[in-house]
Amino acid sequence: MTRLAGGLIDRSRTLNFSFDGKRYQGHPGDTLASALLANGVRLVGRSFKYHRPRGVLSAGSEEPNAIVELRSGARQEPNTRATVVELFEGLQARSQNRWPSLGFDALAINDLLSPFLTAGFYYKTFMWPKGFWEKLYEPAIRRAAGLGRLSMQADPDIYDKGFLHCDLLVIGGGAAGLAAALTAARGGARVILADEDFRLGGQLLSETGTLDGGQATNWISALEAEFESLPNIRVMRRTTVFGVYDHGIYGAVESVSDHFPEANGCVRQTLWRITAKRAILAAGATERPIAFADNDRPGIMLAGAMRAYANRWAACPSETVAVFTNNDDGHHTARDLAAKGVQIAAVIDARPEAKARGDYRLIAGGMVTGSRGRLGLKSIKVQENGRSEWIECGALGVSGGWNPNVHLFSHHRGRPVWNEPLQAFLPGEEGALGLIPAGAAAGHFSTADALRSGAQAAQRAMDELGIAASLPDLPRAEEADYTVAHVFHVPGKKRAWVDFQNDVTVKDIKLAHAENMGPVEHLKRYTTLGMATDQGKTSNVTGLAVMAELTGRSIPETGTTIFRPPYTPVTLSVLGGGDVGRHFRPRRLTPTHHWAKAQGAVFVEVGQWMRAQYFARAGETHWRQSVDREARAVRGAVGLCDVTTLGKIDVQGADVGEFLNRLYCNMMATLKVGRVRYGLMLREDGFAYDDGTCARLAEDHCVVTTTTANAGLVYRNMEFARQCLWPELDVQLISTTDAWAQIAVAGPKSRALLARIVDGFDLSNEAFPFMACAELTVCDGLRARLFRISFSGELAYEVAVPARYGHALIERLMELGADLGATPYGTEALGVLRIEKGHAAGPELNGQATAAMVGLGSMVSQKKDSVGAVMSRREGLAGDRRRLVGLRAVDPAGKVVSGSHLFAEDAPRKFDTDQGWITSACYSPHVGSMIGLGFLENGDERLGEVIVAANPLEGESARLRVVPAHFVDPEGARLRE
Amino acid sequence: MLIPHPLLGPRDAQEFTYLGDARLIDRPDSSAPDAEAAFCDYVFLRDNPAGVHRELWFHEQGDRSWLVVTRDTVTHEVLGAELARNVPLSRTRCGK
Amino acid sequence: MKFSGFRVFAEALKGHTGWRPLWRNPEPKPAYDYVIVGGGGHGLATAYYLAKSFGRSRIAVLEKGWLGSGNVGRNTTIIRSNYLLAGNEPFYEFSMKLWEGLEQELNFNAMVSQRGIINLYHTDAQRDAFRRRGNAMMLAGAGARLLGREELRAMVPFLNYDNARFPIKGGLVQPRAGTARHDGVAWGYARGADSHGVDLIQNCEVTGVRLDRGKVRGVETSRGYIAADRVGVAVAGSSGRVMAMAGMRLPIESHVLQAFVTEGLKPTIPGVITFGAGHFYISQSDKGGLVFGGDIDGYNSYAQRGNLPVVEDVAEGGMALMPMIGRARLLRMWGGVVDMSMDGSPIIDRTQIDGLYFNGGWCYGGFKATPASGYAFAHLLATGAPHETARAYRIDRFARGHVVDERGAGAQPNLH
Repeated sequence: MTRLAGGLIDRSRTLNFSFDGKRYQGHPGDTLASALLANGVRLVGRSFKYHRPRGVLSAGSEEPNAIVELRSGARQEPNTRATVVELFEGLQARSQNRWPSLGFDALAINDLLSPFLTAGFYYKTFMWPKGFWEKLYEPAIRRAAGLGRLSMQADPDIYDKGFLHCDLLVIGGGAAGLAAALTAARGGARVILADEDFRLGGQLLSETGTLDGGQATNWISALEAEFESLPNIRVMRRTTVFGVYDHGIYGAVESVSDHFPEANGCVRQTLWRITAKRAILAAGATERPIAFADNDRPGIMLAGAMRAYANRWAACPSETVAVFTNNDDGHHTARDLAAKGVQIAAVIDARPEAKARGDYRLIAGGMVTGSRGRLGLKSIKVQENGRSEWIECGALGVSGGWNPNVHLFSHHRGRPVWNEPLQAFLPGEEGALGLIPAGAAAGHFSTADALRSGAQAAQRAMDELGIAASLPDLPRAEEADYTVAHVFHVPGKKRAWVDFQNDVTVKDIKLAHAENMGPVEHLKRYTTLGMATDQGKTSNVTGLAVMAELTGRSIPETGTTIFRPPYTPVTLSVLGGGDVGRHFRPRRLTPTHHWAKAQGAVFVEVGQWMRAQYFARAGETHWRQSVDREARAVRGAVGLCDVTTLGKIDVQGADVGEFLNRLYCNMMATLKVGRVRYGLMLREDGFAYDDGTCARLAEDHCVVTTTTANAGLVYRNMEFARQCLWPELDVQLISTTDAWAQIAVAGPKSRALLARIVDGFDLSNEAFPFMACAELTVCDGLRARLFRISFSGELAYEVAVPARYGHALIERLMELGADLGATPYGTEALGVLRIEKGHAAGPELNGQATAAMVGLGSMVSQKKDSVGAVMSRREGLAGDRRRLVGLRAVDPAGKVVSGSHLFAEDAPRKFDTDQGWITSACYSPHVGSMIGLGFLENGDERLGEVIVAANPLEGESARLRVVPAHFVDPEGARLRE
Repeated sequence: MLIPHPLLGPRDAQEFTYLGDARLIDRPDSSAPDAEAAFCDYVFLRDNPAGVHRELWFHEQGDRSWLVVTRDTVTHEVLGAELARNVPLSRTRCGK
Repeated sequence: MKFSGFRVFAEALKGHTGWRPLWRNPEPKPAYDYVIVGGGGHGLATAYYLAKSFGRSRIAVLEKGWLGSGNVGRNTTIIRSNYLLAGNEPFYEFSMKLWEGLEQELNFNAMVSQRGIINLYHTDAQRDAFRRRGNAMMLAGAGARLLGREELRAMVPFLNYDNARFPIKGGLVQPRAGTARHDGVAWGYARGADSHGVDLIQNCEVTGVRLDRGKVRGVETSRGYIAADRVGVAVAGSSGRVMAMAGMRLPIESHVLQAFVTEGLKPTIPGVITFGAGHFYISQSDKGGLVFGGDIDGYNSYAQRGNLPVVEDVAEGGMALMPMIGRARLLRMWGGVVDMSMDGSPIIDRTQIDGLYFNGGWCYGGFKATPASGYAFAHLLATGAPHETARAYRIDRFARGHVVDERGAGAQPNLH
């Protein structure tokens, strides 16, 4: 076994898990990676391109190799880093991107073909024969590419979102982060401490160094207890701050129940938007490998990771290990592993002046130049002073130096700066406002330095916020030196891996250089270096160093690495939160919704509204039967339709008339009290925008209506006009769309019906003519508004009552109107009625039409200024000769299909002979055939002409006759009866 | 982003709707002889600066006031915000 | 050097020692006949066609960063010609035809992949609008199909048909649409232009435009003054900044558009899918990442990064449309600065300054236009007349009232 003594695992409990179907055991405190290593499993995955056997490389979120499919069924989670999966009972994981098995992968043939599959080879080939790309090459490439598999089932788990606010956000709970959080928390600031790990301590957990002479975990425990006792600090474990956004807003994901076998009705993950006045970036540092020939075998891992597995998880990939380093830190691994009883085959230090730090064989000035072992490391080749030897070992720890985790710092384009002594990029001067780097993320690698820098960073942040915070007494800690040599790769002829997952080798970088793909972004995009799931955390700097060497420039001259969010990959589900499925958008229900539902209404989505589309009655088997019946009821008796969704805006003040005059293109100032006028609004660019009615209830009080779709927009524009354009006018606005339930009562018997609910109000044509309005009471004292307006062309009214009475009102109207044939109608019948009457609606007022096109050109007053008036006179608008016409199939049984394009009968059906299109169409029970409305070139001069409506999309065409756009009562007599 | 509302304090930008350059306040005189050209400039042309930009935001999910926000379009830093209705009023007072 | 499978094979046998630079790194000459400002997709394509198809020489492309660092390097790679208006559809269809022959034209595999695009509709009104559009596509020879819900379900069964806030009723499909490898497009044009003698000059930022009596004389750059008879500006995203050097204000605002990619996954999504009831569109790259995006952030910005609300909005749209992507992880998100024009359509035109030409205003859709935009701009630069498919893209269309407004949103860029 390769389980060592000690470690921060709970040996009193055993957890069962499986990998590729094989059962293993681990302990609480293990990660999947540590448990696999403890079980002697070195081979855990395959690389992306060459399908090379791969083992665990790291002990953290930067892992490029140990990528598995976790869980099963709908919870299958592809591309999961085994190094950050907290072990739980019953965990199932599978290796991915291999067939038929991890040990024998057929696509490993790519490794043999690798001479042909160099960087960018696909740009140079697969071009002949032309049609083969989509048919043959690409499907093959797509099948071979990709890593894990989606289950293709909906994610069954629950996700949440929330906001948090604090004075100081500390990102990272290692030495620096803990010291920072302590400083600020004791100063009384509101602090959030977030760490991606399930245990606070960061690198401290992986080291044997002492704090104040005791184990680091003692100090951490004491701190945790203190934090627990303070009301002003929130400690968030398993929480990754993934992105930095404007004005101190940080995106973070808390993994709430990923470490349980099942979420059991709990939230799986929560997206937090944290607004912080200041933040400290204490995200630590990531070790980088050294590229040498065949440096990717299972068993070759980062030296720091090897140490972490030994110290924290009591796991080691082999009983005999070697270390290859270019810096002092590699020696700590050898020292700690030796102390745990692991045999150290050798420490190869690239620095000739290196000194041993313990009782092990040191090969100073040596290089590892090769390795053996197909599915797991067996031996390494070491070269020193021209002499080479093979050294047997089952694992090799490699340390090429440490890269501070500057990622979040560069999310706001803060450019990292090269530090020569550390051979690494550090946060520069400019980053996100209020984000202060500390600890290893700022290049302070020793524990003592990290503690100090964390506390000082917090104090600086507190100073800036005016919070008095003194530096706490920090524990005594090691002040180890860290020197590192400029060794990024070992020269050689064989392939040396830089980006492990994407199989980018030093050779590929050389090729990119030879082809003049030198700029770092070209290098990345051409070779795919740094584009794997670790986003270059383990590869970017090495790649840059190799390119620098080839070009003879320094690393900073060659380029920097700018990181983009997210810091580590984020589950899509948690970004979507709960706003998915039927909850994707709010649902707005009309006041009569529940009544309509009880009446058998079928509903339709109209923006956020749900509106009754039609009311199916017993025996009606097709929607058309219902719609025809409803439309006939309106024309023959009386129909009721909930029109609450139309926007209603209350306009009050002494300058109401003048204000509306400037908004509508037609004259509104002259509107008399008690009267309604149809109004058309233009956009400032002169196109028709929205139509509705304006009712003057008093000298200083109007109610305007808008279309359903534009209710919010028109209100916004009116507020813009009021506040920005003409603040000197005495006008106040409020949207009352939701405050009033409004029912259209339409049809020849509408007056008779309304007479039964109004309280002593004279509805006679003389007292209350077409386009009259009034405030009144109905149903014995209920406050109401009545408008005599018509969308259908029939005698019609709209009656509004406070929204909470809408349901009661429609019930009363239906009850009192039973003998009159009162019939509820939905949006379909509404559409039929308005097409029959030739009223322009959404399909005509589509933002591309002029007033003249919809037949309302004469409404644009030339006597006054109004929004859009000037621009409507531009040549392109004034000269547009398309006009709205009515269309009727020549063959009475013929179809009229909206979206068909219109052509002169003898014209070829081509793009440049296109003369218009059908905007709206329906079956008209009144006409007895299908009818339509459409825009037609010179349409107003072509009445009676037969044209062709072409619908090549569905292989149809029809001969239509151009008719006036009024199929019912063109004189408008019915409205005025 | 956070918008420092002059009456309500810092508010999440999600509560607002963005319109554009604050020059949209300066609607031209439609009776001027060059009105059409002036409107074309007003409606279509923008300075679109990379840097400090005065722009209109509508507190749609809040108190429904229009604000003129001064913001850097390169860094997104907000330098100030005022009620739009005070902008033309103060200009008028200055004797325009 | 001609690229082919045989060449790759031969090079592999000799250790890849024979490959040559894809393009030279020339020093800028003091004067050129044509200077193209902007080494993004459109600028490189312009230079390529100017040299290759119009036989012009003494051409330079000036790029302030690295070739392809414009929006060609940061888009979601979709190509399509599913437009509605007469001003647009023939142009994008011309572009599609150029895409279809691009690899052979450039001898470079830009991985143009015609796996199709589906625009979903959720209401009858949307279906009617799509029918109008689909018929326009048919008339222009672009090809289209209008699918009902069941036909669609057979094609893409993994969408949310049964638990949706906005039920999917069908979709408008353009089978010839698809994706292309965006960087490969830039490199293919760059290599082609270079091989026709064009000087591609990187790290050369234009800092001023020298004018003399209403005529352009040349450009000041970070690498010195370069004289030019004709200057073509193709710097979408930075159009305002560059044209301001010539004293021009534009009908354009700069906005940030975010894009997203997941970790690599085995084949999941065949073509491009566009959600009609939310801001979301998605495809899957050949490498396996789900590439998707949504709406622009909506405020003027020159920062190549956006904010969280749009990230969430896009994810909500994605999850609402295809809840099976939920357990995929977002690997990378980025922002590009786009030229949002006042009618949602581009500008390819001469300016009032003699010799100065402008190409911009591509909104969030410039990538698909790359070949046609390059060809049309080269045509304009070489002949002084607009290409027949780009006649609607005159800058004076705003003043004259001939806007090309596909969405009917009016002069508010963040609504297009």
